[in-house]
Amino acid sequence: MTTVLEEIVGPDTLAYWRGLKPVLLWTDVLVFLLVGVLVICIWYARRREHLRAPWRQVFARPLAMAAAVVMSCFVVVGLLDSVHFREPLQPQGGQDGGQQQEVFHAVEVLSLLDLLLRPLKEQVEKTYSAPFATHLYAKETLELPDGTRVRDYPRLVYGGAHLEDPSERTADVLQRSLAGLATGLGWWLLFALLWVALLAYRHHRPFGSQLRQVLAGRTVLPWRVMLGVLALVFMAVAWAVELAPLYHIFGTDKVGQDVFYQTLKSVRTALVIGTLTTLVMLPFAVLLGLMAGYFRGWVDDVIQYLYTTLNSIPGVLLIASAVLMLQVYIDTHPEMFETAAERADMRLLFLCIILGVTSWTTLCRLLRGEALKLHGVDYVQAAVAFGVPHFRILSRHLLPNVMHIVLITVVLDFSGLVLAEAILSYVGVGVDPSMHSWGNMINGARLEMAREPMVWWSLLAAFVFMFLLVLAANLLADAVRDAFDPRTRDAAAGRES
Amino acid sequence: MLAYIVRRLLYAVPILIGINLITFVLFFVVNTPDDMARMHLGMKHVTPEAIAEWKAARGYDKPLLYNEARDGLQRFTDTIFFEKSVRLFAFQFGRSDAGRDIGYDIYQRMWPSLAIAVPVLVFGLLANITAALLLVFFRATYVDTLGVVLLVIMMSVSSLFYIIAGQYVIGKLLHLVPISGYDGGWNALKFIVLPVCIAVLYGLGSGARWYRTLFLEEAGKDYVRTARAKGLSERVVLFRHVLRNALIPILTGVVVILPLLFMGSLVLESFFGIPGLGSYTIDAIRAQDFAIVRAMVFLGSVLYILGLLLTDISYTLVDPRVRIS
Repeated sequence: MTTVLEEIVGPDTLAYWRGLKPVLLWTDVLVFLLVGVLVICIWYARRREHLRAPWRQVFARPLAMAAAVVMSCFVVVGLLDSVHFREPLQPQGGQDGGQQQEVFHAVEVLSLLDLLLRPLKEQVEKTYSAPFATHLYAKETLELPDGTRVRDYPRLVYGGAHLEDPSERTADVLQRSLAGLATGLGWWLLFALLWVALLAYRHHRPFGSQLRQVLAGRTVLPWRVMLGVLALVFMAVAWAVELAPLYHIFGTDKVGQDVFYQTLKSVRTALVIGTLTTLVMLPFAVLLGLMAGYFRGWVDDVIQYLYTTLNSIPGVLLIASAVLMLQVYIDTHPEMFETAAERADMRLLFLCIILGVTSWTTLCRLLRGEALKLHGVDYVQAAVAFGVPHFRILSRHLLPNVMHIVLITVVLDFSGLVLAEAILSYVGVGVDPSMHSWGNMINGARLEMAREPMVWWSLLAAFVFMFLLVLAANLLADAVRDAFDPRTRDAAAGRES
Repeated sequence: MLAYIVRRLLYAVPILIGINLITFVLFFVVNTPDDMARMHLGMKHVTPEAIAEWKAARGYDKPLLYNEARDGLQRFTDTIFFEKSVRLFAFQFGRSDAGRDIGYDIYQRMWPSLAIAVPVLVFGLLANITAALLLVFFRATYVDTLGVVLLVIMMSVSSLFYIIAGQYVIGKLLHLVPISGYDGGWNALKFIVLPVCIAVLYGLGSGARWYRTLFLEEAGKDYVRTARAKGLSERVVLFRHVLRNALIPILTGVVVILPLLFMGSLVLESFFGIPGLGSYTIDAIRAQDFAIVRAMVFLGSVLYILGLLLTDISYTLVDPRVRIS
C-alpha cells in the first residue's frame, strides 16, 4: 500500500488520474446525498442545545462511543468504495495515434478502495487456499525438475511467494505481525497525543492535566474508550497493511480471489442496504403517516387501507416476487445497462426500494398514532384556529415532534436489514450474484461445507464482519433509543435521580 | 361480539382484493407471459412456436382482462385475470409451471412445516419468558447487565451462523442427529430436534430482550409497588402480578403469527431438508416457478389477515378493559 502512496505524488499518477472516466452509479448519488444531508443535520443540531443534549447523552455511554468508532471505520471503507470510475484501456497497436484517437474505457468499474487494495484484487490464485497458506488447497499433478510427476499441493503464486522455504512461514508471519502491530501502535500514539492536545486546547487546560483526565476517564465524553478502541483499529489496519500484500490473510475462495478483499468490498453493500432502504421510503412514510393522523376521515381510511394491504403480504414473498420480476425485466432488456456494475447497482437500488416498501408500514403506523395524539394538543389546535395552512402545521408543528420516532426507527432498522441481506441472498433474491456481499460469500461457501476438511474461512470472515457491524449498530441504536425516546428517557432520568 | 367479527371479516375483503391486484400487476403486467416463457425456455434461439406452446400448456395464452373472442360472461371469465387471480379466492391454486397440482402439494407439505413451527413457537415462548423473568428478578445487578449484553450479542449474530454452526458441531462433529432430512411419524423426531433448538436459540436474543422491557414496564407500575408494600414476596409479585399483566401483549403478539405457522420457515426448512411449505417456496423461487410463488403470496396474506382478526378477538377476550369500552 505504501507503493500506492508513493505513486500518488509522481507526475505519472497525475496523468493517470486525469485519464479516468468517473462513473456515477445510482446508489452513489444517493449515498453522497445522504452524506450531504447528514452534514447539514449535524451542523444544524450542533447549534441547538435541545438537540445536542440527547446526542451528548448517546456518546457519553462508553459502549455507544466504542460502537460509533467501529461504525465509522465501516463507513470510511464504504465511502471509499462509493467513488467509482473506469480506467482507460491501453491503445491497441502501441505508439502515438495522435490527439484525435478516441479513448476507450475498460468495462470494469473500479472504486477508490480497489486502488488501495490493488495488490489484493490482482493476486488471484487458482482455487481455495487456507488463511496464510503457502500451498493450494487441492492437489495437482506437478512436474518435478527431473521429469517425474507427483500429485501434491502446488505452491501458491502470490501467497507467501517471497519465502524461499515454506517452513519459514510461521516465523515470518509472527515477525511481520509484531512489526505491523508496533507500527500501528506508533501511529496510534501519535494520533492519541494529537487528540489530547486538541482537547487541551479546546478546554484551555494544560496538556498534562488533560492527559490525566482522559486517562482517568473523567471527561464528559468517554475519550479513553474511544482511544482504546482506536488503538485496536490502528493495530488491525497496520497488521493488515503489513501482511495482506504478502499472504492471503483470510484465504482465497473457489476461483482464487482473496477473501479479505471480498469482505472489505462487501461493506458498502451492507451499508447501502442498511441505510438507503429506510431513507428511500422515509418521505412517503412520514408524509402519509402524518396526513393520516392529522386529517383523519377518508384520508386516514385510504392510507390505512394502503399500508394494511402492503403489510399483509409476507415480506419475503413480496420481495421475492418483485426481485424475480426485476430479474426477468433486466434479462429481457440488456441494452439498458452499459456495464455489469451498473446492472448490479440497479438491482441493489431496486432491492433497497422493495425492502423499503415492505418496511415503511411500521413507521407509518407509529407516526399515524403519534399524529392522532398530537392533533388534540393545544398548540396544534391553536394553529388550526389561527388559520395556519395545513401543510405548515404538518411541517412546523407535527414533524419536529415526531422526529425522534423517525430517528429511532431508522437506527433500529439498520441492523435487521444488514442481517436480512444475507438471508435474501441465500433465498436467491438478494443482490446481484456478481456483487460482493456477505450474503453472497456465505451462500458460495455454504456449498463447500461438505468438503473434508471443511472450507471455513469465507464463512467465518463474512460472519465476523457482519457480526461486528450489526453489534455496533445494535449498541448504538440502544443508546439512541434511550436518549431520544421520551418514555425510556424519563425512566432513565428517574433511575438516576 | 358477532357483529364485531362480521365487520372485521368484511373489512378483510377489500384488502384481499388489493393483494390480488398487486400480485396480478406484478406477475402479468410488469412482464408479459411472453417474457416469462422466453426466460423459462432460455433467452436465445427461442422460436415463437415454442413460446406459444409453453403459454398454451400453462393457460397463459389468453388475454389479460377482456376476451373479445368469447360471448357473454365468458368475455371476462376466459382471461388470465379470472383464471389465475380470481380463482385464488376459492383457494383453487391450479397447476404449477412444472405441471403439479399446487393445492395438493400445499396440503402435503403443510404438516412437516407445522411439526417444526409449533415446537419452535412453544419452546421459544417458554425460553424467552423464563430468561426475561430471570433478568427482571435480578434487575439492576450485574447479572442483569451481563444478561442484556449477552442477548444483544446473540441477536447480532446472523441466523445463518446458528444454522451452519449447529449443523457442523452437532451433526458433523458429534454425530448426535442427522444433518438434514425428514421422515414420517415418530421417526421425524430426530430430524426435528436440531432445527427447533437452533430456532429457539436464535429467537432468544431479541425475544427475551423484548419481553424484559415489557416486564420492566409492568414492574414499574403503581399496583406492583402496592403489592410490594403489602409485603408480598418477590416471587408472588413477579408471577401473580407482573407476569399475568405482561402476558397480554405477549399473547396477542403470538396470536398474530399463529396462522402463519402453516407457512413454515424459509431458511430453516431448506437448510435441514424438511419438505415443508418454506422449502417449497424457496424451491419455487429458485426454479422461478411463478405459479407457486403467486399462490404462496396469496395464501400468506390470507393467513396474516386471519391472524389480525384473531388478535382483535383475543384482545377483547383477554383484556376486560377492551371488552367494556
